[in-house]
Amino acid sequence: MQNNKSKYQKMVEKSSPNTNLFLNCLNAFWSGGLICVIGQFITNSLLNFGCDLEISRTLTSIILIFIGILLTGFGIYDEIGKIAGAGSVVPITGFANSVAAPALEFKKEGFIFGVGAKMFIIAGPVIVYSTLTSVLVGIIYYLSK
Amino acid sequence: MSKHCGRQSIRFENPIAIITSASTVGPKEGEGPLAEYFDTILPDSLCGEDSWEKAESKIVKDTFEAAIAKSKIPIENIDYVISGDLLNQNSGSTFAIRNFSIPFWGIFGACSTFGEGISLGAIMIDGGFANNILVGASSHFCASEKQFRFPLELGTQRTPTSTWTVTGQGSIILSNDIRENCPRITAITTGKVIDMGITDVNNMGAAMAPAAFDTIYNHFTDLAIGPEYYDLIITGDLGYVGHDLVLQMFGEKNIDLEKNYSDCGMLIFDKNSQGTNSGGSGCACSAVTFAGYLYKKLQQHQLNKILFVPTGALMSQISAQQGETIPGIAYAVAIENL
Amino acid sequence: MDYLNAFWVGGVICVIGQILIDKTKITSARILVLFVVIGCILGGFDLYDKLISYAGAGAAVPLPGFGNLLANGVKEEIDSEGAIGILTGGLKAGAAGITAAVIFSLLNALIFDPKEK
Repeated sequence: MQNNKSKYQKMVEKSSPNTNLFLNCLNAFWSGGLICVIGQFITNSLLNFGCDLEISRTLTSIILIFIGILLTGFGIYDEIGKIAGAGSVVPITGFANSVAAPALEFKKEGFIFGVGAKMFIIAGPVIVYSTLTSVLVGIIYYLSK
Repeated sequence: MSKHCGRQSIRFENPIAIITSASTVGPKEGEGPLAEYFDTILPDSLCGEDSWEKAESKIVKDTFEAAIAKSKIPIENIDYVISGDLLNQNSGSTFAIRNFSIPFWGIFGACSTFGEGISLGAIMIDGGFANNILVGASSHFCASEKQFRFPLELGTQRTPTSTWTVTGQGSIILSNDIRENCPRITAITTGKVIDMGITDVNNMGAAMAPAAFDTIYNHFTDLAIGPEYYDLIITGDLGYVGHDLVLQMFGEKNIDLEKNYSDCGMLIFDKNSQGTNSGGSGCACSAVTFAGYLYKKLQQHQLNKILFVPTGALMSQISAQQGETIPGIAYAVAIENL
Repeated sequence: MDYLNAFWVGGVICVIGQILIDKTKITSARILVLFVVIGCILGGFDLYDKLISYAGAGAAVPLPGFGNLLANGVKEEIDSEGAIGILTGGLKAGAAGITAAVIFSLLNALIFDPKEK
């Protein structure tokens, strides 16, 4: 039986079409790059307005998050994602989309257990493990000071 | 004479008539190659309701009512409803028929539900336990995505092996009242749960293909027939990937299925223009393809003997998260013009 | 020039994500977690800031930039507040992003409904 299974596994691998890695990477490259360029443009504009660098970067994130969520609301972000792949997942707009999409999807289950709880089905782990990592970084930094 | 043949099959003494069919599909299916065969094509997937789940129940209710109306059987003469879907706790079906006051069997066979329902209904009628049974199965793309995958608006890519859940419902009425020009159920083969160790939830065709192969192979063995007996052998929702795998498995047994084997998931969408990758899936995939397309082809005698094999992947979100492999099942139903 | 650097560095970070998704079957949700954690670790070793000073938004906008923000926040907080900064620094630095995402998503859910596909 185990033999059959590994034989079948091989048959499946041979018969299943693969994703077009080159095309996907190309799309991820230009779309992800483009989002970063938009970010750079926002940062530069804010700097020209006289904001300091740190504030400009924070505001850039907030503006990109807003754009990502708005595009999610209009049902456009997932269309972008079909082509862009990781190009629209990895930038901060992808994080925004991962909060907004479940919030929207579970609206019918109410604002507490629907929107409020489901908002974090993807973003929750991100926050949990980044917080954990930051604490570990902090401990090491504190001890090595 | 025993009705039970071989290990898994039943041959009916008095083949059961399928006296009517009704089908409803969503807008995407209505743009697909089988559009002309469906009774109702919905203008939108919400169907006037405020959630996908309520929409699915509405579709189930409306299609059942359409089937009853077409059959001209008074509702009190329908002995049972057998129905199932993909929503948790079968709520798509149960909520739909809560005002029907017809005794109800709720079943779950994942996407093979329609085949399971037809099998059970045929057994009840042949056994003399019922005269008329309404059988249906439904699924809804948006509700399934929400339950099994990711929120609709999340920007993810679908892999080439993934399938697209069909929105819709297919209903038929089984009866011992043999009307003119009714296709008849002559035999069934009940599937075993088969798990060949596939874990990729985006490759359901590969998870279910071994079950489809096993059921069809045992159907041939139990009834001592070969693939040439049928005009068409058609599985439920294996899609292009699973279809190819079934052909290869039969090839290894030196049985040639190339000529007359197809899959509902390959017929219902146009993969080049509709972005459905490996094809259609979901309970409704086989149910609407049968109730719409195949039933009409049988009535027009363009097909006279078919082996209809709905397939199901028996996983849940929890089992997938726990790293379980995906077992499959398939129910074969032989339908012939006698 | 800063646009060019932002473009190609940002693009390359996304390509790494794409290769992971396509080749290892890591879902995009896991990519989010992975990239933020990696950014936080690189930030801990003061490596990510070097990338940001070269690529600007090309490194700040992708998710490792968010992780880096947390790492920097923790270190600054420890410098100014002592050991308590280990617990307060990270989320304080990420507060703008998280709060924006939560509030905008909530408003978004009030206004819009998911569209059928």
